[in-house]
Amino acid sequence: MPLSMARPGEVVTLVAINAGFGLKRRLADMGLNPGVSLRVIHSQLPGPIIIELRGSRVALGRGMAQKIMVMVKGGA
Amino acid sequence: MGEKKGKRKGKEREQKKGQGKEITIALAGNPNSGKTTVFNNLTGAHQHVGNWPGVTVEKKEGVCRYGDCRIKVVDLPGVYSLTAYSIDELIARNFIVEEEPDVVVDIVDATNLERNLYLTVQLLEMGARLIIALNMMDEASERGYRIDVKHLSYHLGVPVVPMVASRDQGTEELLEEIVNIVGTESTSANCLKIDYGREVEGEIEKLERMVSQTALSRKYPPRWLAVKLLEEDEEILKKFEELDSEEILQAKDRALEHLRSVYGDDVETIIADRRYGFISGLLKDIIKRPPTPRLTWSDKLDKVIVSRWLGIPLFLAIMFAVFQFIFALSGPLMEWISAGFDWLAERAMGISPEWLGSLIGNGIIGGVGTVLTFIPPIFLLFAAIAVLEDSGYMARAAFVMDRLMHKIGLHGRSFIPMILGFGCNIPAIMATRTIENPRDRLITILINPLMSCGARLPIYTLLAAAFFPAHQGLVVFSMYLIGIILAILMASIFRRLFPGPVGHFVMELPPYRLPTARGVLLHMWERGKHFLWKAGTIIVGVVVFVWLLSSLPWGVEYASPDSWIGQLGRIIAPVFGPSGFGDWQAAVSLFFGFLAKEVVVGTMGAIFAVEEGNLGTAIASQLGWTPLIAYAFMVFALLYVPCVAAMAVIKAETGSWRWPALAIGYELTLAWIMATLVYQIGRLLGFG
Repeated sequence: MPLSMARPGEVVTLVAINAGFGLKRRLADMGLNPGVSLRVIHSQLPGPIIIELRGSRVALGRGMAQKIMVMVKGGA
Repeated sequence: MGEKKGKRKGKEREQKKGQGKEITIALAGNPNSGKTTVFNNLTGAHQHVGNWPGVTVEKKEGVCRYGDCRIKVVDLPGVYSLTAYSIDELIARNFIVEEEPDVVVDIVDATNLERNLYLTVQLLEMGARLIIALNMMDEASERGYRIDVKHLSYHLGVPVVPMVASRDQGTEELLEEIVNIVGTESTSANCLKIDYGREVEGEIEKLERMVSQTALSRKYPPRWLAVKLLEEDEEILKKFEELDSEEILQAKDRALEHLRSVYGDDVETIIADRRYGFISGLLKDIIKRPPTPRLTWSDKLDKVIVSRWLGIPLFLAIMFAVFQFIFALSGPLMEWISAGFDWLAERAMGISPEWLGSLIGNGIIGGVGTVLTFIPPIFLLFAAIAVLEDSGYMARAAFVMDRLMHKIGLHGRSFIPMILGFGCNIPAIMATRTIENPRDRLITILINPLMSCGARLPIYTLLAAAFFPAHQGLVVFSMYLIGIILAILMASIFRRLFPGPVGHFVMELPPYRLPTARGVLLHMWERGKHFLWKAGTIIVGVVVFVWLLSSLPWGVEYASPDSWIGQLGRIIAPVFGPSGFGDWQAAVSLFFGFLAKEVVVGTMGAIFAVEEGNLGTAIASQLGWTPLIAYAFMVFALLYVPCVAAMAVIKAETGSWRWPALAIGYELTLAWIMATLVYQIGRLLGFG
């Protein structure tokens, strides 16, 4: 499912990013690459979301979050 | 004051000075890693801001002495990575390669090692002679992190200096390490080698062999070039194209093709993935962390601050509080300064010959003195902006506004330059470089002059005090609000004119931190001194010119309608008739205000040559303005044109005169329409 649908508190694993090469690399530089696990800290429709990623807090626009496919691991 | 401590330490350092070596060091690090604080600790007030060659990105340099060494400190832009995607990252990378600093000090946030070490790894891959300044050790131990500094140093093969920059701890040790490492002969380019896996390594090896035959390998480590080729780094590709190294570029394509057949689509991210993999492995070895709490207190604070319902009201409340605070605090200070200049002007008028007394009293003190009266609110404004930035709130404001910004075709990141514009539009326009999408960036630049800068504050403060004594804070706040609203409106118009996809909003949110007094004061001084500099140069110049125009032709009554300035004003003034302020004095002050917005008030000061009492009341009594006219004038002054310096920056950042021309055109139109609307509608409603 897209990251935008994950609920606050859920821990998810990144599966894929539906985006062009440039953006994919950019996100990988930020530490968002397939296999990484992240936790949703804040997600309120229709605004952007906050995730915990590699020990820091990262804000993602909702459009962006829609392109990031994740699998729920646990939490909530 | 935080300054004192720095000075004392600076002196200690200075005492050890002799005629010794020159060392150049570069400070690298992520945004929010405390890099600026380290820079301030090292250099104290001995710093200056210039530009990087070719671009207008600010370059901060400073000097400090240690032992018999004179150390030049260059502050590189804060970056997460060293790719070719943003100007900032390119600048950092090129400086290290081309200027070859003796040492690169990498400031690493100990509470956020995983992300920070990503940059460290890249610096090491480039073969930079590195020292890691492990900052925020206090916060890390508060969180219960136990970091094995020796092991970290051993694994990466570079010195690691633990420090708490916010309390100036570890600075001496860092300096000692710098001098030590320079003293030892460099063990030539001992680059860190990350194992990218068998397949990738095979390709790297092939490319490395080819690359080492080229001239580029003399400047860059060949392995690094090979990795960059696989990452399809635009700048490195361009360099090889320039060398006509067709075969290398073809080899790169073949390599990527092969890797794609092995890894599929993930090939774009495999290199970043391995770097993070290396870091995770390293962290397991060197850090012990207690199980992370589900939510830190910073997260809990965010639950309120960025919440859907409270986010925007809270932002407005904070901004309003900031302005109230600025006015409450600066009011009495301004009265003192003003009284001081009045006293000076009175003395000056006694100087003979009479014309000299008039030049000094009416012209220079009347004009420049009026502008200098506004030091307190302008400096406080810069301090307030520094507090918003350093506390971490600025990033939250961008987050909160993201939704609204999306409605006008921009995203949250564009909001930060808007708030910075409240201080000065020039650094604000430069700050748009963090926006990657060129169209988003252009629009953000074009609307920035609508954000009311500190130089416009004197106009509002002056008129609000004279015409709205009971509601000064509110009236001034309304100016800022009008600026924001019109900026949003114009952005949506520009978005229609330049259609295209909106860029992506990705931004790190630093944890909330208490800003340090030293950091805030230094920031305030660094920005504020430009204002003082302008007062001493442009504004003195214009004011003397205005005085001259007011005194000529010979024998005319000073600043009368028949003086040259009066004649000039009378030509322009009719344009402003419909807006309510068709007086020649208002017209000329706006005319000269094009040079710098402080000049509007400075010109009025010189024209009215107020000897006693205040300029605001003089305007009210001599021009017969009503509060409505004053408000319309404020609206016009808010909107009408970017100052000359801002125009030059727009030109530099966009690379064409078209855009500053567009900015002037739309702003003048908008200003006239808005001021006229305010005046005409206000009159219909019976406000005078």
